Amino acid sequence: MSFLAKYIGQKVKRTEDPRLVKGIGHYVDDIKLADTLHVVILRSQYAHAKIVSINTDAAKTSPGVVAVYTGADVAGKVGFVPCAAALPGLNVPKYPVLADGKVAFVGQPIAAVVATDKYKARDAADLIEVDYDPLDVVTDAEASAQSDSPVIHEEFGTNVAFTHQAGTGDIDSAFAQADKIVKEKLNHQRLAPISMEPRGVLAHYLPGEEQMTLWSSTQIPHLMRTQVAIMLGMAENRLRVITPEVGGGFGCKLNVYSEEALLGWIAMQVHKPVKWIESRRENFQATIHGRAQVGTCEIAVKNDGTLLGLRYNVTADLGAYLQLLTPAIPTLTGLMLSGCYKIPAIQMNCVGVFTNKMSTDAYRGAGRPEATYLVERMMDCVALELKMDPVELRRKNMPKPSEFPFPTATGLFYDSGDYEKALDKALAMADYQKLRAEQAEARKQGRLIGIGVSTYVEICAMGPSIALPAGGWESATVRVEPTGKVTVLTGVSPHGQGEETAFAQIIGDMLGIDMNDVLVIHGDTSIVQYGIGTFGSRGLAVGGAALVKAAEKVVAKAKTLAAHLLQTDEASLTFENGKFVGAPNDKSVSIQEVALAAYIPHNVPEDFEPGLTATHFFEPKNFTFPSGTHICVSEVDRETGDVKILRYIAVDDCGNQINPMIVQGQIHGGIAQGMAQALFEEVVYDENGQLLTGELMDYAVPKAHQLPFFELDHTVTPTDVNPLGAKGVGEAGTIGSTPATANSVIDALAPFGVTHVDLPLRPEKLWKLMNN
Amino acid sequence: MIPANFEYFAPKTIEEALQLLEQHGEDAKILSGGHSLIPVLKLRLASPGVVIDIGRIAELKAIKVDGSTISIGANATHAEIAANADLKTHCPLLAETAAQIGDQQVRNRGTIGGSLTHADPAADWPAAILALDAEIVARSSQGTRTIKAADFFLDLMTSAVESDEIVTEIRIAKPEQPAAAVYLKVPQSASGFAVIGVAAQLKVTNGKCEAASIGVTGLAPKAFRASSVEAALVGKTLDEAAINAASAKADAEADDAMEDIHASGDYRRHLARVFAKRAVLAAAAKA
Ligand SMILES: Cc1cc2nc3c(=O)[nH]c(=O)nc-3n(C[C@H](O)[C@H](O)[C@H](O)COP(=O)(O)OP(=O)(O)OC[C@H]3O[C@@H](n4cnc5c(N)ncnc54)[C@H](O)[C@@H]3O)c2cc1C
Repeated sequence: MSFLAKYIGQKVKRTEDPRLVKGIGHYVDDIKLADTLHVVILRSQYAHAKIVSINTDAAKTSPGVVAVYTGADVAGKVGFVPCAAALPGLNVPKYPVLADGKVAFVGQPIAAVVATDKYKARDAADLIEVDYDPLDVVTDAEASAQSDSPVIHEEFGTNVAFTHQAGTGDIDSAFAQADKIVKEKLNHQRLAPISMEPRGVLAHYLPGEEQMTLWSSTQIPHLMRTQVAIMLGMAENRLRVITPEVGGGFGCKLNVYSEEALLGWIAMQVHKPVKWIESRRENFQATIHGRAQVGTCEIAVKNDGTLLGLRYNVTADLGAYLQLLTPAIPTLTGLMLSGCYKIPAIQMNCVGVFTNKMSTDAYRGAGRPEATYLVERMMDCVALELKMDPVELRRKNMPKPSEFPFPTATGLFYDSGDYEKALDKALAMADYQKLRAEQAEARKQGRLIGIGVSTYVEICAMGPSIALPAGGWESATVRVEPTGKVTVLTGVSPHGQGEETAFAQIIGDMLGIDMNDVLVIHGDTSIVQYGIGTFGSRGLAVGGAALVKAAEKVVAKAKTLAAHLLQTDEASLTFENGKFVGAPNDKSVSIQEVALAAYIPHNVPEDFEPGLTATHFFEPKNFTFPSGTHICVSEVDRETGDVKILRYIAVDDCGNQINPMIVQGQIHGGIAQGMAQALFEEVVYDENGQLLTGELMDYAVPKAHQLPFFELDHTVTPTDVNPLGAKGVGEAGTIGSTPATANSVIDALAPFGVTHVDLPLRPEKLWKLMNN
Repeated sequence: MIPANFEYFAPKTIEEALQLLEQHGEDAKILSGGHSLIPVLKLRLASPGVVIDIGRIAELKAIKVDGSTISIGANATHAEIAANADLKTHCPLLAETAAQIGDQQVRNRGTIGGSLTHADPAADWPAAILALDAEIVARSSQGTRTIKAADFFLDLMTSAVESDEIVTEIRIAKPEQPAAAVYLKVPQSASGFAVIGVAAQLKVTNGKCEAASIGVTGLAPKAFRASSVEAALVGKTLDEAAINAASAKADAEADDAMEDIHASGDYRRHLARVFAKRAVLAAAAKA
């Protein structure tokens, strides 16, 4: 397929933005249906307790209350919250949508109050008396794996949900041949995704039609439909999931929670629309968290810096229950342990354990930031041990472009890459040698300057169906309407990624039309053909690929009709700039004219199927592997431990860029989140399992004024996995920036003999290190 | 936000507001910027039956500088104070403190009267108000009284304002050497509140410190004047050694240091000393 480059590659302004900036878009809470009832959920105040009794009498008679439901009401009627990740021997605890006699984390739903408004519902929820019998609590993942730990799910007799081993190569001989073995224990703190719009559900059941519509702020409308239909025991085609505007997801809406099925079930009881909008406090307690791994990494290396092997023994903190992909996240870490290096032998031994906390699951990067942080942190530790420049150590172990597709000891084939190109570009932008000289000079004056590099590769465009629990293909329909306007129906569910714009750019160029004539529709299971959704940096690389294929089909069909209209044969025609040209009689016909002729088929070839529309389900043959180099320069205040980021340079390679402005936006947001992980973000539970960071007043989401200017550039190494040559960029910034920032700050502390500090690098922690 | 039910009034005059307060007594709460009250209502830590919004009382917004006094209406927002040209000239400490509160949205809504009355131990205003020896004017239907800053902060989240009173203005005597002042803080990474905040107002003649007043917030359950530092500075030539020695006493008046997930007590004490030093150095440099 050849592309006109009128739109593709241009910094086209996002067509989504005007309505969002003006506040006139529609999120779930903006959907107002007459007679809507409001649901407030009573949640556990205890991290681990038996529920002895629940008294809802006062709540039921409270003004405006229509119904109050507890676990007893839904037991046997609403299925368990699903976990789609299948690992061998996985212990999957039953996870009822309302607690059934027991709670295992603070925030677990216990009862639902339905009332005429949310205030009355909340008043009534306050009247419910729950008699708890508190049980011993375990919040520490490593302690939870021990035999003396309180057991959360008695039926398993252990808190271990699974053990998982990954990697290939002769790990024992790698370590036996090593000149040096570098070992470090690293903690990946728990993070909260914090989408600006919390979750929300509106459910409306029509008993006559036996159909239900569920509005949900989700990243996966179709998968949601299937799962909720199963949970409710209803026919999937009678459930319509609509995803209106979604104010951010970062993975936390790549899930099926208690509330969707619960609201659906309630709607079927009360026969009125029911709405629940998550509060920020609930969002902290009961929307999935991310990261939360603690483990020890060992690297076997030759004195010349050649990497021989990597071993990672890790405990993954799963939280109390398994959400949709909870156990799959650490397995992604295992896949990416080779980083952008040749490491012949890799082994990960992972233990996934239950703790009395909210479940962990996919948060921007989902398992890969853990791998990259680990590998990139270890590279600095190795460099320090070998007294090598950390850049040279990295360079020495990178595969050359000619070695792609590059096989890793974790079983992957990296599609394409030119790691040194991005590295060199970033080094040049930073003027690395000069920076090092300046650093040495500053150290003499007692200033603590640090330089941190991370060279990353990540796994995107999820992915070949065989590798994903629910399949990894994506769908698109291109519908040229009779008037020549083009409607795109995409199975992905963008929620900030800008595909309404990017897809219109692609169609604009492929069909040679004004991109403003393209309308991209997504997130309605009754309008759009089945799709997988938006996560794993797949929207463009898989969903966009499906779109290209569907558009090709449309052009092919149009060409048949064009040839008929121009009374020539197809072979003589070419499609240029929206027109079929090349007919011997010099006549041409536009795609719009062909469309009209296709819908009013008065003059068509025999057997011509009316209409001009095509659908394609694209199955990727591999993942894609974006990569890049980030460099961070920081200064630590000797007196206070405060960190100041002096410079931040990022050179990313996501293959071909459809819209460089959107790419930059994704990188900006990603760096912000990754840097915040390095510097200050952390979900904190106390030893009783109470959430101490339950508000934005205590949980530090990064704000613009806390971040430096980002100096960005890119390299372009296209992929052959999809027709766009695009790799995906949704998560790259997050993945590259945490280790670059951490390496920089830890490098700043080198004069104190510091080799590693766990994140977040809060000033007090650094101050203590400098004063010990 | 889903607060408990309350009745809402928006009086246009102070008299009307006072009357409502008298009528509803303990069941009423004053609302100004709402940036502290609304979170409390949201979490249902308080469920007042009546909320009296004083935001429409125009006279509570005035900022006046005449003769030797500065008067700031209780409802002046942090942003208005930060931007006020007269204050920048005659008492830059006020404008500088205001500019460092939270973020722009917080500054656009939060008011000086609300902040002082709320008496959050990590709020910024108390440090400056103490350092400037301000007076807080409170009115009730019984009359008007003036409370000295030193007597205003009673304990954690407790100010001297009675439940039937409305703070109407904050009065400050123009500092003799307005420029010799600075407010420095360490913002808490999530909220922006002060992990530590030090306000210093000096009077320096020929390098010698004639007067020093230092307010410290964030360290103790209530903001305080670092009198030991002040005493150690007065009469001294403000060289680094003198400032170092004096600021080492910045936490002397704090019997208890606050501790939370953002900072330990020891670290807060250390920061108080470091920021007292930096504040005095910076203020002295401007003198
Ligand atoms: C995200 C965020 C960040 C913040 N960061 C900071 C920060 O960095 N530094 C800082 O100092 N503050 C910070 N604040 C607090 C902010 O400055 C508040 O505005 C301030 O504490 C209260 O002022 P208000 O006008 O909003 O008062 P309100 O919330 O309206 O009222 C607070 C209390 O004072 C009472 N009250 C208000 N006005 C009067 C009056 N005139 N007379 C009698 N009683 C009255 C109310 O009844 C209530 O009890 C932050 C707040 C938020 C939400």
